[in-house]
Amino acid sequence: MSVTVLGIRHHGPGSARAVEAALAELDPDLVLVEGPAEGDAALAHTGSLTPPVALTVYARDEPRDAAFWPFAEFSPEWRALLHGAATGVPVRFIDLPFGLSLALRRQEQAEAAARAVDADAEAGGPDGAGSRSADPPGASSPGDAAGGDGAGGAGGEGEPAHLVEDDPLGWLARAAGHDDPERFWEDLVEHRRLARAGPGEPGRDGALELFAAVANAMTELRDEAGPGDRVSPTRVEHRRREEMREAHMRLEIRRAGSGADAAARIAVVCGAWHVPALTGAVGRMSATADQRTLRGVRAVRTDTTWVPWTHARLAAESGYGAGVASPGWYHHLWTSRDQATTRWVTRVAGLLRAADLPASSASVIETVRLAEALAAVRERAVPGLTELNDAVLAGLCGGDPVPLAVVREQLVVGRVLGAVGEDVPTVPLAADLARLQRRLRLRPGADDQKIRLDLRKDVDRERGQLLRRLRLLDVPWGTPAATSGTGTFAEAWTLRWEPEFSVAVVAAARYGSTVADAATAVITERTEAAADLPAVTALLEAAVLAGLPTAMAVVAAGLERRAAGTGDVAHLMAALAPLARIHRYGDVRATDTTGVAALAESLMVRICAGLPPACVSLDDDAADAMAAAIDSADGAFRLIADPEHVERWHVAVRAAADIHGGNSLVNGRCTRILSDAGDIDQAEVALRLDRALSAAGVAPADAARWLEGFLGSTGSVLARDPRMLGLVDAWLASLTADAFTVVLAPLRRVFAAFTAPERRMIAERAGSGLPRPAGGGTGPTTPTGGPAAGGPGGPGGPAAGGPAAWDADRVALVLPVVASLLTIPGLERTATHE
Amino acid sequence: MTTSTQPPAGIAPETTAVPARPVGAAPQGSGDQLLRPHAEQAFAAELAALAATDRRRRPPSWRLSPWAVVTYVLGGTLEDDTVITPKYIGSRRLVEVAVATLATDRALLLLGSPGTAKSWLSEHLAAAISGDSTLVVQGTAGTSEDAVRYGWNYARLIAEGPSKDAMVPSPVMRAMAGGSLARVEELTRMGAEVQDALITVLSEKTLPVAELASEVQAVAGFNIIATANDRDRGVNEMSSALRRRFNTVVLPLPATEDVEVEIVSRRVAQLGRALDLPAEPPAGAEVRRVVRIFRELRSGVTSDGRTTVRTPSSTLSTAEAIGVITGGLTLAAHFGDGRLSAEDVAAGLVGAVVKDPSTDPVVWREYLEGVVRDRDGWKDLYQACWDLDTEARGR
Repeated sequence: MSVTVLGIRHHGPGSARAVEAALAELDPDLVLVEGPAEGDAALAHTGSLTPPVALTVYARDEPRDAAFWPFAEFSPEWRALLHGAATGVPVRFIDLPFGLSLALRRQEQAEAAARAVDADAEAGGPDGAGSRSADPPGASSPGDAAGGDGAGGAGGEGEPAHLVEDDPLGWLARAAGHDDPERFWEDLVEHRRLARAGPGEPGRDGALELFAAVANAMTELRDEAGPGDRVSPTRVEHRRREEMREAHMRLEIRRAGSGADAAARIAVVCGAWHVPALTGAVGRMSATADQRTLRGVRAVRTDTTWVPWTHARLAAESGYGAGVASPGWYHHLWTSRDQATTRWVTRVAGLLRAADLPASSASVIETVRLAEALAAVRERAVPGLTELNDAVLAGLCGGDPVPLAVVREQLVVGRVLGAVGEDVPTVPLAADLARLQRRLRLRPGADDQKIRLDLRKDVDRERGQLLRRLRLLDVPWGTPAATSGTGTFAEAWTLRWEPEFSVAVVAAARYGSTVADAATAVITERTEAAADLPAVTALLEAAVLAGLPTAMAVVAAGLERRAAGTGDVAHLMAALAPLARIHRYGDVRATDTTGVAALAESLMVRICAGLPPACVSLDDDAADAMAAAIDSADGAFRLIADPEHVERWHVAVRAAADIHGGNSLVNGRCTRILSDAGDIDQAEVALRLDRALSAAGVAPADAARWLEGFLGSTGSVLARDPRMLGLVDAWLASLTADAFTVVLAPLRRVFAAFTAPERRMIAERAGSGLPRPAGGGTGPTTPTGGPAAGGPGGPGGPAAGGPAAWDADRVALVLPVVASLLTIPGLERTATHE
Repeated sequence: MTTSTQPPAGIAPETTAVPARPVGAAPQGSGDQLLRPHAEQAFAAELAALAATDRRRRPPSWRLSPWAVVTYVLGGTLEDDTVITPKYIGSRRLVEVAVATLATDRALLLLGSPGTAKSWLSEHLAAAISGDSTLVVQGTAGTSEDAVRYGWNYARLIAEGPSKDAMVPSPVMRAMAGGSLARVEELTRMGAEVQDALITVLSEKTLPVAELASEVQAVAGFNIIATANDRDRGVNEMSSALRRRFNTVVLPLPATEDVEVEIVSRRVAQLGRALDLPAEPPAGAEVRRVVRIFRELRSGVTSDGRTTVRTPSSTLSTAEAIGVITGGLTLAAHFGDGRLSAEDVAAGLVGAVVKDPSTDPVVWREYLEGVVRDRDGWKDLYQACWDLDTEARGR
């Protein structure tokens, strides 16, 4: 048995080329790759994947506990997988199974939680017990420099700042006299092919030597690393995990090389840092010791699948931190087999031209020359990304960093979304989603995509429903945008597919096997958990919009149950409004709303019955809420517009308006509703107003509240009707100084809500003099023949008082003049006739 | 290494021979007596040491390899333990881009706010690469095309008619003939048509002399370093045709207070030597104080990020900070006890900040009262500025 360990840098195109060459040369009969052991099952699908993709392992009991191993086109591991697929050589993953590390993490979190309870301090354990998606060991591994894993967790307080294991390449680079480890590794390994490029020379001979050199270097480093003196608990834990991982890999390698079906030539592809541990150059663990290390942990049961990934997520700045800063550049290095520099600058120029920025071919030539000159100044064999960026900034962007940012986003990182084939094992829910996406022609894309749906069309309606259902499943693929006044038939959405949605889909799979079923189940669950009636009603609206009849029935049932149980009429009224909307607009979306109609009916009956008693003895806050609820219910009744129910409603409102000892705000509000509906006439309104404001029996504060309720937020009633204004004016004039102070604040509040034209109109009327109620009695007011009568104010107003009060002789004197002024021939004649 | 190699001038009808001045003869007198020696005089020893140890490839006509030029500008220690002082303190990346540009066909445009060491860097690059930083065209509104191309000695022109001898070559023409670097200072201050006279020079690398039916072709190694200012008013925008012929390097203001303090201290020490001041080198604390005031007024916020201050109309560049300290040192040396005190600094400080007499005094007074007064250990400076202010108002 011969074992060759190929130490690589995750996501390094040079490493990828070297692995490709080395595997071709070695022709192994088994390839082992650093990756979770559970992933083997998913390897059958390698052929149907388009990188970037990520191997996803998730806990069966809680799919949100998931980890990802991303692979790009230029990842060495991916080349190893492809080698296996192309030659038929079996490939296996040998790293610690995710199920095991997850079990360990849960164990730790439980312990940490217990500790936290004991200590009653320090939120969260060392790993941050609160963060569920914390990277498990190894998950971040395919990104870091040379496999020194767990960059996130390492580096606790009170320990030496620079441990070798955190930054092995940095140490190596410094030892070689370089200050930049990235550059050092790039020059040495990643750009290697470019350095000795040539069609005749495949660079094959160098590959194995290169790996041998890497292995030697890493052995030196790990010897150097040692245990360290003072290390934090996090560090101890991290090292223990590393040991377990390496022990597992060693056991797997031994197992592969022994037994009946032992492989003769084994190639192992793993992060460079692990090479010495796997070859036995350091540590020298025995098989028994390894087994002991791994004993006593029960793995969590997991499932494995592939999900599409993006370059943006491979980049270091993204949340998952897979750790390559420039996947687009690496991809370019991988795909352009020659003249990488020139091709890159050409692509940059193309991008700038697309953005209407000047980028001539002459500039391209000069930029390439500058990049090469810079590489020479910096003593590099070929220009790297740093040189190219500097050259592009000086040569193509005129020193302006803004266009360079575009280059960075679109080329250096790149906008590539991977894809997985049909046959990839997937949760049924994801399969259903894929089917729907195909049928509705909605393609997931990494870029923002704006669509506009016409709800009268079947396809568009289904699209809208799908997006809303997905939102219920915590997959906010589409974000509804405010439509610009095109009515209820149009919906605008912005679509953007994030790779983690694939995980959310897996997580939502426990709700059901189709999108519709799962969304229904989510609504059902939330209905059960909903705290109060309005929350359930909101769910009902969601169910209707998402077109889920079953869910609607469930929510309606829950609503009915809760409505029966609740004595709170305000809640019932708040619940009625969305029902009315559904009732009215549901048919736009062709939803069956019979159930809603029945429910609304029962609610209306109960509201009408419950309203008057509910308006008794309310304090000011409760009255505010009640008035708002009455308003919304009134809107709902008007929307449903069933004459029978409206009549019943008005009876209830009248009762509420008449309640003595209720809050006068509610009384006023109810009076207004009746008045607006034409249920009581003007005279009646005036009577009620007069009564409510009468100085004798009503406290000024209550009067002001009544007025507040009555006027609501519009002053039109005062502006239009001089009689009302007169009443209010008279009441105001009758107040004592103290009482005026009391009502000033509420009145100010009321008037502040009016529009400026209304206020101006009221002020003009008040300024021009008002008809005063005669004697302040309760009967119909009679305008006296004051100076105001012939004034410009109130056409028609004075007439309502009846002709008896007028002095006909004096009127006759004025009339001809008025008539000629107004050019009314008839009036003139009448006047002369008299 | 890519360089601009020009074909020999065989095809041209006649090549006007312009005497390229031997470099050693350029500046007269010894460095000791000069008010301000050129870079190649002041740092002759360093340049010689670099040339002696430099084994790397040099582009045609370059006196040093690009690597050595970068080392000369940024400082370092050579194999033979010669210490090279840093001339420009700032990003290595920028200097590398600048040097690499000069080795290509494109000219170098140094862009930046006033006082960001554009001319300083340009002078040192020319000194290191060509050993001569004196081929300068100073751009002003009055700069004529003659300064970029060639002029005439009118007495000879009238007496002898157009001839090579009657022609007065511009610095650019001399640089072309000698394969060295020409510097164009304040490029955007020149009129647009004068700027555009450079286009032929930069793209064709030749300067036609119509009167003599001949031309001057650039010798390999020729290139232009232009500086321009992106903040001042009254500049003439560069045409895009000209801009395309430059690689642009934007020189930033010093990134941190520490860097700026280092720049000011270093430069003040050099100037102090040059001015032969008997004063002690300035205390770091005083330099730091001036730099902090400059930075705070420039950025509009105090260094702790807590207080917003108004920004005066003045540029407040690092160069001006150097001026304030040097001025203070001179005061201290001749009228004080030789030690830089708050009073010595105050006068220069106020002069640097208050440029617009209508608005800046208010900004400065607000800053004095709001920031300087309450700062620990700044009492003396506050008092000095305040005295100065009262004095000025009393007058």
